[in-house]
This record gives sequence, C-alpha cells and structure tokens, in this order.
Amino acid sequence: MNKLTEAPGHIPHTGHPRKGFFTDTSICIGCKACEVACKEWNRNPHNSEYELLESSYDNTGALGADTWRHVAFIEQDREHIEKARDSGRALVSLGMPGLGPPGNSDAAGKPSGVDTTPPETPDFRWLMSSDVCKHCTNAGCLDVCPTGALFRTEHGTVVVQDDVCNGCGTCVAGCPFGVIERRSDGTAGVKAERDFTPGEQAPTRNVGVAQKCTLCYDRMVDGQTPACAQACPTTSIKYGEREELVSTARQRVAELHAQGLTEARLYGANDADGVGGTGSVFLLLDEPEVYGLPPDPRVPTADLPRMFKRAGIAAAGMLAATAAAFLAGGRR
Amino acid sequence: MANADCIVIQGSNMAECHPVGYQWVTEAKARGAKVIHVDPRFTRTSAVADKHVPIRAGSDIVLLGALINHVISNDLWFKEYVLAYTNAATLVGEDFRDTEDLDGLFSGFEPETGHYNLASWAYERKSEESDGHGHEHGADTAARAAGDQYGSGGPPLGRPDFEQDLTLEHPRTVFQILKRHYSRYTPEMVRDACGISLEDFDYLARAVTENSGRERTTCFAYAVGWTQHTVGAQYIRTAAILQLLLGNVGRPGGGIMALRGHASIQGSTDIPTLFNLLPGYLPMPKAGIETLREYCDGIASPEQKGYWADADAYTISLLKAWWGDAANEDSDWGYGYLPRINGPHGTYQTVMSMLDDEVEGYFIFGQNPAVGSANGRMQRLGMSHLKWLVVRDLNLIESATWWKDGPEIASGELRTEDIGTEVFFLPAATHVEKAGSFTQTQRLLQWRHQAVRPPGDCQSELQFFYELGKRLRAKLADSTDERDRPLLDLTWDYPTDEQGEPDGEAVLAEINGRHLTGPKAGQPLSSYTEMRPDGSTSGGCWIYTGVYADGINHAADRKPGQEQGPVASEWGWAWPANRRILYNRASADPEGKPWSERKKYMWWDQERNRWTGEDVPDFPLDRAPGSRPDISVGGAAALAGDDPFIMQADGKGWLFAPKGMVDGPLPTHYEPQESPVANPLYRQQQNPARLIYPREDNLSAPSAGTRGSDIYPYVFTTYRLTEHHTAGGMSRWLPYLSELQPEMFCEVSPELAAERGLEPYGWATIVSPRAAIEARVLVTERVRPLVVGGRTLHQIGLPYHWGVGGDAVVSGDAANDLLGVTLDPNVQIQESKAGSCDIIPGRRPQGPELLSLVADYQARAGVTPETGSDKVTDPKPVLGDGSTREG
Amino acid sequence: MSRFSFLEWPVVRQLRSGDSLGRGEAVTSPRTRDIAPRTSTADRVVQSVCPYCAVGCGQRVFVKDEKVVQIEGDPDSPISRGRLCPKGSASEQLVNAPSRQTKVLYRAPHAKDWQHLDLDTAVDMVADRFLAARRNNWQQNDEHGRPLRRTMGIAGLGGATLDNEENYLIKKLFTAAGAIQLENQARI
Repeated sequence: MNKLTEAPGHIPHTGHPRKGFFTDTSICIGCKACEVACKEWNRNPHNSEYELLESSYDNTGALGADTWRHVAFIEQDREHIEKARDSGRALVSLGMPGLGPPGNSDAAGKPSGVDTTPPETPDFRWLMSSDVCKHCTNAGCLDVCPTGALFRTEHGTVVVQDDVCNGCGTCVAGCPFGVIERRSDGTAGVKAERDFTPGEQAPTRNVGVAQKCTLCYDRMVDGQTPACAQACPTTSIKYGEREELVSTARQRVAELHAQGLTEARLYGANDADGVGGTGSVFLLLDEPEVYGLPPDPRVPTADLPRMFKRAGIAAAGMLAATAAAFLAGGRR
Repeated sequence: MANADCIVIQGSNMAECHPVGYQWVTEAKARGAKVIHVDPRFTRTSAVADKHVPIRAGSDIVLLGALINHVISNDLWFKEYVLAYTNAATLVGEDFRDTEDLDGLFSGFEPETGHYNLASWAYERKSEESDGHGHEHGADTAARAAGDQYGSGGPPLGRPDFEQDLTLEHPRTVFQILKRHYSRYTPEMVRDACGISLEDFDYLARAVTENSGRERTTCFAYAVGWTQHTVGAQYIRTAAILQLLLGNVGRPGGGIMALRGHASIQGSTDIPTLFNLLPGYLPMPKAGIETLREYCDGIASPEQKGYWADADAYTISLLKAWWGDAANEDSDWGYGYLPRINGPHGTYQTVMSMLDDEVEGYFIFGQNPAVGSANGRMQRLGMSHLKWLVVRDLNLIESATWWKDGPEIASGELRTEDIGTEVFFLPAATHVEKAGSFTQTQRLLQWRHQAVRPPGDCQSELQFFYELGKRLRAKLADSTDERDRPLLDLTWDYPTDEQGEPDGEAVLAEINGRHLTGPKAGQPLSSYTEMRPDGSTSGGCWIYTGVYADGINHAADRKPGQEQGPVASEWGWAWPANRRILYNRASADPEGKPWSERKKYMWWDQERNRWTGEDVPDFPLDRAPGSRPDISVGGAAALAGDDPFIMQADGKGWLFAPKGMVDGPLPTHYEPQESPVANPLYRQQQNPARLIYPREDNLSAPSAGTRGSDIYPYVFTTYRLTEHHTAGGMSRWLPYLSELQPEMFCEVSPELAAERGLEPYGWATIVSPRAAIEARVLVTERVRPLVVGGRTLHQIGLPYHWGVGGDAVVSGDAANDLLGVTLDPNVQIQESKAGSCDIIPGRRPQGPELLSLVADYQARAGVTPETGSDKVTDPKPVLGDGSTREG
Repeated sequence: MSRFSFLEWPVVRQLRSGDSLGRGEAVTSPRTRDIAPRTSTADRVVQSVCPYCAVGCGQRVFVKDEKVVQIEGDPDSPISRGRLCPKGSASEQLVNAPSRQTKVLYRAPHAKDWQHLDLDTAVDMVADRFLAARRNNWQQNDEHGRPLRRTMGIAGLGGATLDNEENYLIKKLFTAAGAIQLENQARI
C-alpha cells in the first residue's frame, strides 16, 4: 500500500497490540444477542418501522448508523451447499483456505493425510452470520475524513468522534463495505440527560453524525470486552489481539476442512487484499457475496498516487493550455 | 450436558429458546459430541446440529418407543445397570393387561367415569398374606388422581417386597411386558406415523446406542414440545425408559434435561403457586382426608423405601412454619386449617367457572393469559364475567386492557360500557428492584440483590402480598368466625425496610426452617433430615432446607466459576442438599466403583467408608454398596446399597410405573385430540384418560376418518422465538426486541404455499374450530411436508408471542386463540403443540364477519361439542376382560 | 475542559506525536481522550440473575445516581460465563422501558378508560373485595358433609416470573384464606 493510505502502522505512539474480532459463523445460532447488546451499550436508536423486512428472520436489514452488529440469515438447498463445498475446495487446492495469502496455508489444513471427503451433504442449511465494521488495515472512511472526526485508535481500530464529526458524509462513500452511515434525525427530539429513567423515552443522540461500530472503544480503554463479544452465547464472536485471532481462525478452518466441510474459508485475513486485511475477521461457509459481503473490497485511496500522477499531468496540461491561451490572447 | 457424547434435542428448540444454555451443547459438539435435533421445523437449533430429523407434531412416543424396541430387540441395553438399578426384574400382577391385549387401552379403564382404576397395574407381592391387601397401592387410586391428588411421590406403594425374576424371562417381568408393549413400534411404523425415513431413524438409533454404556453417555433435552400434549407426561416417561435402559440416568453427560421458559418456573413448582400442591411437592389435602395421619399415609407408607417415608416430618414442619404455636399436637398440627380440593381446580377449570359467574376476583401477577393461555377468547370472555381483576405487571399487557381494545371489542361480542369488571392495574417491580431468589431449570437457587428502588407506585409481589395479608388480618381482627382462624393465626410478621419492603432473607429463613426447641432452638436447620414430626422443627419447604444453613444465605454464594471445578458447588445452592446431579449413586456400579474412568463422578471410598466424588452424594453417605438393610425399617434406612433412586418407593428406576401415572403404566402412542391421522397402532385414537371440555366455546376438529376432518386439513404447532418471551409482556414493550421480530407470522412450506396460493410475506388467515387469526407468510424450506401413512401432510408453524391490544410496541393476532382446551390427565397441561386448522390467503375479516367465518367452517365440518369427545374410540369390543375390577 | 494550550493545537500535536497523517492521536478531542465506560464510572455494581428464561444467567447491574445504566452478563457465573441472549441483553430496557407503567391505574365498572388511583386506596379496595369474594363464595363442607373450608370466589395466576419468597407468601396467604384456585405458567 502507498504512503498516503492510512494504516495501523502509521500510529507510532501505541505499544498496544492491534485488537479485532473473529466471527466464526459456523457456530452462530442467529440469536441476535450481539445486536441487542451493541444497541444497549451504545444507546443506539431502534428502527421505528416495526415491519417484517421480508428476509427470513432478519428484520434489521444491514449495518448502518443505528445497527452496528447485524445478523444475516441465508437459507440454502443442497445445490448451493455443494457449490459452496466445491468453491471452498478450490481455495484449498490453490493453497488458499481463507482469502489469506498462499504462504499462510500451512496451518489451515493441507489436504494431504486428511480425509477431506465431505460428509453426506445435507438437503438444506440455514446460514447465520453476524456482520460488523471491518476496522480495515487501510480504512477508506478514515482516509477521506476531512475533519479528523475519524481516527485510528491506539488499539488499531477505527472510531468516529461524535463531537468532531460535522456530518459531511464523505466517509460514507469512502467505505468499500457500506458500513458507515449518517444517523437520520429520527422521530425523538434530543433531550439532554434523560436516559435511563423508567417510563421515559431516551433521546436520539448524534443525529446527522456518521456512525459505526467503535469496537466499544470506550470499554476497550478500560480493558473490557466489547458488548457483542461479551454477550455472544456460543463464542461465535471472539475478541482479542488480531494476530492471535487470525491464527485461531486458521486452525478452525483446518479443523472444519478435516471434517470434510471444505466450504469453510476466511474473510479479511488476507493482508494483501484491497484493504490490507481487516481487523474483523470472519469464518464463512460460502462465498462472501452470499452473506452480502463484497468479494474484493478496495480502499478508495489505494489508487491515489496513480490518480495524483494523472491529475498532475492533466493539471500541467491545463496549465499549459491556459498559458497558451493567455499568450495567444496577449498577441491579439 | 457438556459431558455428553451425544445430545438429542427433541421437543425443544434449545438454541432459540435457551441460547446461553446452548453454549454447553456447542462446547460438547466442539469436543466431538453428536447433536441431533428432532423437530417438526428446521430451526436455529437444527442449523447448528449435526442432523435435523423432521417429525410430525404429536408422534414422538412412536419414535421413542421404536428406539426402546430397537435397544431391546438388538440387545443393546446396559445389562448391569438395568438389572441393578431399575425395576426390570420385578413382576407385575396377573390382572394386568397391556394395550396390545386391549387395542390401545390398559386394564382398569372405567368407561362410565372415563378414568383408570390403577389396581391391576400393581407389582406382584411376595407374600399376599403379609398385608392382607396385595394391590393396596393401586386400589387407593380408584377414585382417580387426575394429577391433583398426589405429590411427586405418588400414592404409597407399601412395603417393597415384590416378586422378581433376575433372568428377566418370566412373561410378567417388567422387562418382558416392556418388550411386548413396544414390539410393534418399528422403524416402518416410525416412517408411517412420524414421517421419518428409515435412514434417519437408523442414524438416530445408531447415534444414541453407540454413545451409551460404560464409557459414553447420551443426554436428551426437551421442553414444552413434549409437555404440551394430551399425553405430555408420558412423552417424558418414554424418554426416561429409554435412558434407563441405556444406563444414562444419574451419570455425567446423561439424563433428560427439561428446558424451562421462565426464570423461576422451577421455583414456582417447588414452592407452588399451584392448586394441587403444597411446598416441596406435598399434595394439597383432598376432601375426605380428615386427619394428618390419613394425609401422611396417603403420601407414603412408612414401610416404603426412600425419603418420602418421612412425609409427616415435612408436613408438620410446614404447618409449624405457617401457624406457629397454633399448630400443636392438640390441633392435629393445624391440619384442619388447610383448605381441601376435590377435583381439578386448574387455570382452565377456573376460567370456565368465571364464565359461570362463580369467580368474583382474579389476581394476575407476571402472566398474560389473554395472549399466553390456550383458547384466548375463552380467557378474555371469562375475565369479562369477573367482578374485579387485579393485574400486577411492568407494562399494560393485554390481560389488563382487553375490556377496551381486545379482539372481542373489535368483533362486537363485547361492548366496553357493558363490561362491569373493575380493573386494578398495579405496577410491579423488576428483577433488579427487589431482592430474592430464582430457582433455575437445574434446581439451582440463585439470589438477586436489590440494585435500585422501584420507581413510582411500583412494588414487589413480596411487599404487595405482605401488605394485603396485613390488611386482611386487620380487617378480620375482631372476627370470631372459625373460618378466619387460619388467617388470624398465620405467622405473618416479617421485618421491613423504611419503604415497607419485607426482608426477603427472613422469608427464605422461614422456608429453610429452624429448630424450635432443644439446645439449638432458634437455629436454622441444615438439612431436611433434621426435620421431626413432633413439632420441634419448622420449615416452609423441606426440599429447600439447607439453603439457609448456619444462618447463611447460600443462594447468594458467589464463588466465581473460574475458581471452582466444573460442578461449581459454591455458586448458588441446588436442592436437595446442594446436589447438582440427582440419583448420582447410579454413576457408580453396584459395587460402588465408577462405571468407567471416563465417566467417573461418585464412588464408594472403601477406606473412609463413605460415598465421595465430585458432587454431594445423593444417597445415605455411609450406606455401603453391598448393604442389605431389613426392609421393614422403612424410609431411607431401608435403602439397599444399590438402590440409587432414593425417592422411589422401591429405590429403583421405573421402566414400568405401577402408580403415579393416571393414563397408563407404560407410555403409549395416542394421536392428539385433533389429528388428520388415524392412530396407526391401535383402534383407540386419543388418550382415553385425557381431560376434555366439550363446550360450544371449545370445539374440537374432527379426527381422521370422521366427517369434516378435511375442513381442517393441516396440523399447526406453536412455538417461541429467541427475540421474544412467551406472551410478550417482557419483550413486546421493548423496542430493541420488538424491532427484531416485529410482526406475527406463520411458517409454511413452498408446497403448501403453492397448494393454497399463499404469497411470500403476504397475509394468510388461519382457521381452527375456535378462532381465525391472520399472519404474514414466511414460505420456507425449513418446513417440509411429511409423508405420513402414505399421504402428504402439511404442518404450519405459529409463534405465539403477539396479542391484540393498544399499548405494546408491537402487536398482532395471538396464535393461542386457535387452541382448544384439552388436557393431559396427569399434569393438566393443555395440548398446544398440535392442532388442526385450515389456511387461506389474505387478511382475516374484521368485526362480526370474523365470527361468521369461524362459524361457517364449524358448520361445514359439522363440529359440535360432541366432536372428539368420545373417550374410548370404539367402546364395544375392547373392554371384554372384566378381570380388572375386583377392587 | 483544561485551559487552551498551544501544545494542543492539532497541527502541533500532529508533529509532536509523529502522527504525520493526522489520523491518530493528533486528531483526538478532549472528550475522546477522557473517555471512560459507564461500567467503570458506575456508583455500584450489583449481582443479579436474568429474569427471562430458566437457564439462570448471571447478570451485573450497574447503578449510577440511583438509576440502572447498564446490565450485562456476569463472567463469574459458572452457569452462563458472562453471556446473555438478546432478551437478557435487553434487560436494561426492560427496567427503563419508555412505556413502562409506574402509576396505579383503575378502571371503574363500565368505564371507557383508566383513571389514576392512590396506591394505598387501591390496596385497601382490593383487600375489601378479597374479603367479600371470600365470604360470598365460601364452601364449608362438600355434599357429603366433609370439610372443604375454602372459597371459590378468588383465583390467582402467576408465579413463574416471581421470586421463591414471593411465591411462598402468595401460597401461604391464599391457602390460609382458603383460596385454592392458584395457578402459574408451569401448567401452561
């Protein structure tokens, strides 16, 4: 990655290891405790429509300004399962049992010596997966923020400062995952300090401000686990040092592959991808698109130097043209 | 559960309903345990199981019975365990006739009363002359128990000297009877009755049997998917028989785990807000049982084995706790102060009494019957007949507002201004605004400390009922009426804080009990074995004795889990005596050695001459494995060294129940009250002993083979979702939960959607003989049509969290309105897991037209109160054998 | 807020801290720098148990200024190890729900709406009605003359969401009053 694109390595003062999530969707029970625990901790507004979204058991739809953990539900028949197994197996034979770089495949279960004959393919499965902000190594939102509202924390995570953000919305376009969003004004007006009173409506906070998962920065500074990971009943959501999580994730993929579940693969563990890998790593049981995740996310500033060069040439050309015009005009 | 090698979740949607409990399943699975989910629908539990086996709702006994048959006929049962610890070798009397003989009935059915006389189910006694009436333990029950008479000990069995044949070859051994009873429960029968393929049955049978024995254990987990049937109690019995045969009871990773839905539903059974029980599973006295002696004899014979033989000590201690000095030898310990029951006075019977204007006042605390109880219309109309209603809740639930925005107001059946019921809504305190204990599903008491004071007028139930009691007593203070003595003599004086909140620990101390006389007078009891039948001890619930031992609130014990072993005995307190696994003597072999190193739990310590292990021994501590006490001493002293089932009258696990179950000594498959399938096993269609209420407002759909059954061709089953809590009183008022599941929906298969023209996420109307409701349609392959008896059967899934009212964040039609009231005769639980209905596209009509729609269906099906009300399906030929009624 | 300092100028901080791109510490606001979780600033933490299902998960209740500001799983609990389901995670909202009723409401016979009532008056009215219903529907003996000494005029439903101590007082009071029709969710 180029020097203009921000990354955790740019933060020199830290001394803290980079923190992140590992979301193992193979043990997610779709209970949505993460969604609720997140909203409880962050006092996020609820959706006021109260209508079925027409998407299986998912009624919050996607990550957004108010929903920072989102559980997707995907029903699949045998045909899809077989396709997922095949595509996962293809990754293995490419030496890529995650989207990790080829060199890292050792831990992830080489086919040699292990019986990877898939078990009987079930007729049906129901995938559940809890999505969250990726806290990218190269964070698009952070790169484009003009006000300094977004910053890279000492734990390597990316956080919006509500009190700095002016609501310009540049970051919204800058996120390759469509995670960050400005909070709409909602229905409840802002009433100061009336939170936590029985029988009273809590105010909607941070209206107009860009909002997304902070990885519970406010808990992290005190050594506490983010709310979603703490609540997760089955430890589908794990929190910790990113490096350790990635190695846990690779072991888990190896384990599943050894059981013949070749559909398992990692997402976000490849440091050579378009965002330099993500702080939130996922174990998926199918292609990322199936879960609504972009297959090949790219940070917008990745092309910045090339664009600058082109822009420079263009600018020089313009300058030359203008000068020529002046010169031509002067002669008149 | 985390120790299990195979976990069968059946009749429960564990991952959805108990997500945090499911962590132990996840853990077991990660260690290599096999997890199988047997359920009509593919749910979030199925999604994370190794295998989902779809089953027709209401056919579980066929499946479990076939597993029993498989285990017996393939000689896969755990011989040493079964011979030593169960009643397999015990002989049953000559008069017993099985359902195989009587085409679906056991001997002793009395058509005129519709109940069983249990006399012929008795064990064969060694010496008939020894007590003069060999079948005493059955004969007593002729007047019918209907689950309202006995505590959990059931009727007394008398002295346990029964004939046995340890070769198990005698045709009247329990083992042979069992074998014959289930001989027609075959894989093919499972295919035809449950809609389960032969391959799936084979998978399940192999998983369960390969993971049982000395080295391995299998655990079953169930919930209301088993209990809410007209044969619900027998569902659990079937699993118990299977688990006993496989040696999976009393051992780590074994057992049958009940997953219960409310924070203290176990506690509210132990200390029962139930009509038929007193605390500690002592029965409420029945009319005609006029002395304490008679009452105690009815619970347990002092000659029988086990701890129920001391029922007199438990009862007198309870009476002392309630009536203090007024409970003395001269007053028969105040036994006469107890009111008597003389039949089922359960919640559904009470609602029918309301409709007959026999009930004036009704208290509802923390429950929402207008939405959560079967036949919701009957519930709401019943309430409209009350003079007054007190609702104590956090939110304005539908049970508090039906008089202004209920479905009957909308349909025009009720007009607000015509309803004379006075309604008091009294706001309640939440769990953090009061101190007290919950008892969770594994019998563990955990204390909650008060965090803040309740806001506004909100009060705990403790404070409200204490205050109410004080006022009742004050208003009656001058009364000379004998009937007021129990109230006036009641011990009703608890310390309170400045807000008037009683001290919960003082109440817990009373429940625990104390010494009243002697050197320890005033000190708390440390064990129920200290209770005496002479008035020298008190105690409000004998099974909880020990929770306040040494004056310490052990429910508040909080040694962090990470600082303890896996049994974690210093976190909270489990009844009885802080034991975590019941009957754990069975975790060791008859000689007292662990069955295997891998499943080691409790064992006999030869050197110290006592039982030891990871838990508190659930057995007399110093009873050596080989000891054979004289059985005539009775009680715990009579337990042999290899009688692990210390609460059973013979110390054995019961494969065959000679008493205690009122609808048969062996579980038998009967179809639900409403079923589009004819019973493939017997002529008898439904449980003959089920409790039916044939009324115009409680009609039943015709069963298979009778006229009109095609009008309600589909099976519906009700259930819960992770995001909501029962009738919604604690979830539909919460925006964060409501947004996750905002609307009532039904789940149907793509095939049914095509058959009925249902649009995905459109509306559908579901019609039963009681009501019609509307729901959004989730078309999903998670619901599969089953092939049952050669034809396709569709099932419809209905979550039951929503209700019609104006105050909740989200509302919707209530699934329970569709249900009728037909009850299991043992426990009087309604059948809400299987009913008959039709489904049509579109929203339901509003106003009076809604009633017309329901009536039109009733007319087309020709249903009347008589429909489905025959207890015996074809009474003519099956009762020929009169040998069962010698009395 | 501390007095303005030249050293706190973002540009100066950027140079001072080596955060050359100005995307780390250099851009943090005073509020961000002082951030602390309300679990740490709470006045007290109280151990509790989840009120929903019967698994009995441990909860920690955080109280600030006599208000519940957070409820989360108790990691010490061997039952739940700090985890909670969505309902348990929403417990704070259960306590502080905007629609929660905190005042007594009374609906008179035939009335179309609620009215407010003083708590003390309400309890007294209930006590009077309790005694009247008990008296009006008293059954001393059955048809065979055997004692029943009970009233069928009063019924109660609930208990599965309540404390053991509460169920105990309810059962004790109802039984002493002869009100036998007491039931709870265990049978539903």
